[in-house]
Amino acid sequence: MTGMTRRSFLRTSVLGGTGLVIAFYVSRRTPASAVEPTKPLPPPNAFLRIAPDESVTVVLAHSEMGQGIWTTVAMLVAEELECEWSRIRVEHAPAAPVYAHTAFGMQMTGGSTTTWSEFDRYRTVGAMAREMLVRAAAERWKVDPKRLRAEKGHVWKGKEKLSYGQLAEAAEKLDPPAAVRLQGPKEWTLIGKPTRRLDSPEKITGAARFGIDVRFDGLRTALVERAPVFGGTVKSFDAAKAKEVPGVEQVVQVPSGVAVVARHFWSASKGRDALKVEWDLGPGAEVDTDRLLASYRQMARTPGTVALDKGDCETALEGAAKRLEAEYDVPYLAHAPMEPLNCAVRIDGDRCEVWTGTQFQTVDQGAAAQIAGVAPGNVTVHTPFLGGGFGRRANPRADFVSEAVHVAKAAGVPVKVVWTREDDIRGGFYRPLFLHRIEAGVDAKGLPVAWKHAIVGQSIVAGTPFEAMLVKDGIDGTSVEGVVDSPYLEGIPARRVFLHSPKNEVPVLWWRSVGNTHTAFAMESMIDELAHAAGVEPLRFRATMLRDSPRHLRALKLAADKAGWGKPPPKGRARGLAVHESFGSVVAEVAEVSVEKGRIRVHRVTCAIDCGLAVNPLGVEAQVQGSVAFGLGPVLRSALTIKGGRVQQGNFDDYEVLRLDEMPEVAVHIVPSQAKMGGVGEPATAPVAAAVANATFALTGKRLRSLPLRLA
Amino acid sequence: MKLHVNGKEHEVDAPDDMPLLWVLRDLLGYTGVKFGCGMAQCGACTVLVDGEPVRSCTTLASGVGAAQVTTIEGLSPDGSHPVQRAWAELDVVQCGYCQSGQIMAAAALLSRTPHPTDADIDAAMAGNICRCGTYQRIRKAIHRAAATARRAKP
Repeated sequence: MTGMTRRSFLRTSVLGGTGLVIAFYVSRRTPASAVEPTKPLPPPNAFLRIAPDESVTVVLAHSEMGQGIWTTVAMLVAEELECEWSRIRVEHAPAAPVYAHTAFGMQMTGGSTTTWSEFDRYRTVGAMAREMLVRAAAERWKVDPKRLRAEKGHVWKGKEKLSYGQLAEAAEKLDPPAAVRLQGPKEWTLIGKPTRRLDSPEKITGAARFGIDVRFDGLRTALVERAPVFGGTVKSFDAAKAKEVPGVEQVVQVPSGVAVVARHFWSASKGRDALKVEWDLGPGAEVDTDRLLASYRQMARTPGTVALDKGDCETALEGAAKRLEAEYDVPYLAHAPMEPLNCAVRIDGDRCEVWTGTQFQTVDQGAAAQIAGVAPGNVTVHTPFLGGGFGRRANPRADFVSEAVHVAKAAGVPVKVVWTREDDIRGGFYRPLFLHRIEAGVDAKGLPVAWKHAIVGQSIVAGTPFEAMLVKDGIDGTSVEGVVDSPYLEGIPARRVFLHSPKNEVPVLWWRSVGNTHTAFAMESMIDELAHAAGVEPLRFRATMLRDSPRHLRALKLAADKAGWGKPPPKGRARGLAVHESFGSVVAEVAEVSVEKGRIRVHRVTCAIDCGLAVNPLGVEAQVQGSVAFGLGPVLRSALTIKGGRVQQGNFDDYEVLRLDEMPEVAVHIVPSQAKMGGVGEPATAPVAAAVANATFALTGKRLRSLPLRLA
Repeated sequence: MKLHVNGKEHEVDAPDDMPLLWVLRDLLGYTGVKFGCGMAQCGACTVLVDGEPVRSCTTLASGVGAAQVTTIEGLSPDGSHPVQRAWAELDVVQCGYCQSGQIMAAAALLSRTPHPTDADIDAAMAGNICRCGTYQRIRKAIHRAAATARRAKP
């Protein structure tokens, strides 16, 4: 510590410049109305900078990867600061403890949490700054601050005004307020209003800088030849031919393979093509997804680790009027963000600098420190824009950062490691292959009285530092989310959910909406099957089962109304529906489909989302549309298969994602809600598979239980 | 070799087999042009060569000759091309990585087909992948840009 006291206020900052710099700590338990910083501050840190040139810079503790927080978090500051919106600039924070997630204690972006977790902190930052500017003006004018008001980037005394820029340096010298009052919902002028993105101008002119765009003198580009199967290691390599390629400067071995370091990408790529590597493949060469799925089907019929057990499931199943069984399966999926993975590293003595689009600054900083042999505080993490993340850039194993640090260390020069698309698609850290087996027993009316549910699939967090936090009593919460907490199960007297978490060499990771990608598909498909078996209209069947879940009911009703549910669809089309809660938000979706040339075509998806307060409705709309598009790829096309340990797909020609000509019209309706704020980035991904599968059943009578959905 | 990019002539020392993409990005610093797939599958690297949209990742720089290359940086001096304006007005971008390519493909479409139908847009834009799923706004923005250009005509 640097002698800073409780409620301390940073007068100097590594972020530089003169003017007002706000930095403080807000406890996660602090009520919204009166915030009193209670902990000493780790230096250096800052959330907001007001400069004499009138610029207002919001320092964003999270990563902008398309989800719009660049704008939404700035709205929170501006709401309280009363600055002019056009003056706002945003920049990513460096990696530092003060930027830790208010709920998770590390600097990260994920779990659809940014807006709700920062709702108080950034508003408070804005309020503190406003108050200090007002006090600075009061001192200048020698009046009681109560006689002044802050508005439109100025402090006003009647018609006299001083701009924030004029006051910034004086405000900086004041002690920060011990507590501030935040505006109430009735006073909000920005929160809740559709607000266009602040990052548009640079993203439509090519000026926006992503990790892959990092350039500086002396920076080399490297491509890494990695094992053809997961877990393989280098036995030997011959770099002679690679070194003959003009522009190739070095070939170095690193734990993940062999890196070709060159003056630019093209030389590195050609050098890598010319490289000869002998591998010790190891057991990863045995992985075969067909065999894996078959073994999961066997496993689902054996007892696993119990995640939920209420009532006597076996007896209830035996006594049921009718029994239904179904198995649902989903394949491995790559995230395939548009910006291929990359990471630039410069090691200089006891310092290390990292440039990368990451969702996990703290984890990456720690990993880089360890490999570079420097203190974590000596690792500077620069976060440029992320060209998509979807979870791939939030890796507890810090794979792409660790590798780049190894390469830079071995090469002894600054290096940017760039992954090709094939490297990315074949590089692991997938949404795991999962199988669900559900046995339901129903009463004479067709309502379930027993629910036995087996889930089989790799744990995302096993073997990572997150295991201790996320695995409880042998259950990885991310494998069963969306089932064990399903409101459908609440009302079923006898229910048991059990989990198998088999291991293999394929690295797995969270993929937008995580466990809900498969649990929502299984749950909402099975509910639909039960509805049809009962001869009850699917919306009514759900409404009956969800009678004690008002948020689900409201979302269902809104989506159904807006989709014209109950009215006949256009000729040749049918509708299907699904509702699912995840990340604190409830999303209902109605899909309208037809079959064209033997393929399912999705025409419309009508969504209703209850996320509590929608801070930026325009952002919510974009996220829901984008989630549906992201989810539809795997519904219609995307899948990874593995034979002999080799991933059989490699680029967008065989790992097909949704394209514009298959994009449905996605209508987004926000449920007016007083519920606690939930997430928005992921929840709409989850229900789309079941909505489309259910619509396909309604149209064709074929119940498709395997993703991607294939009619033949 | 000589290369004409955004109205400027550049002398570059590049191997004959080097794709235009990497010459633009790594040798000339036009980093608005993006690498996405390396095999003309995603459209992130789209630039105009004499006004025609090409995938720079599979176009040899040595084959461009005297043709004029336009990248996103050269589409307009200040982001005021009708396509860029429509993109801003409709808040199209998300992560933004694919948008250089999307905008160049859309600009090329509109110069060929000033009043595109949805089918024209499908045909011209299906080669440009966006993982954020901005497709719906892309379609709308192309229609908007077409309408703006129509109104702008005397």
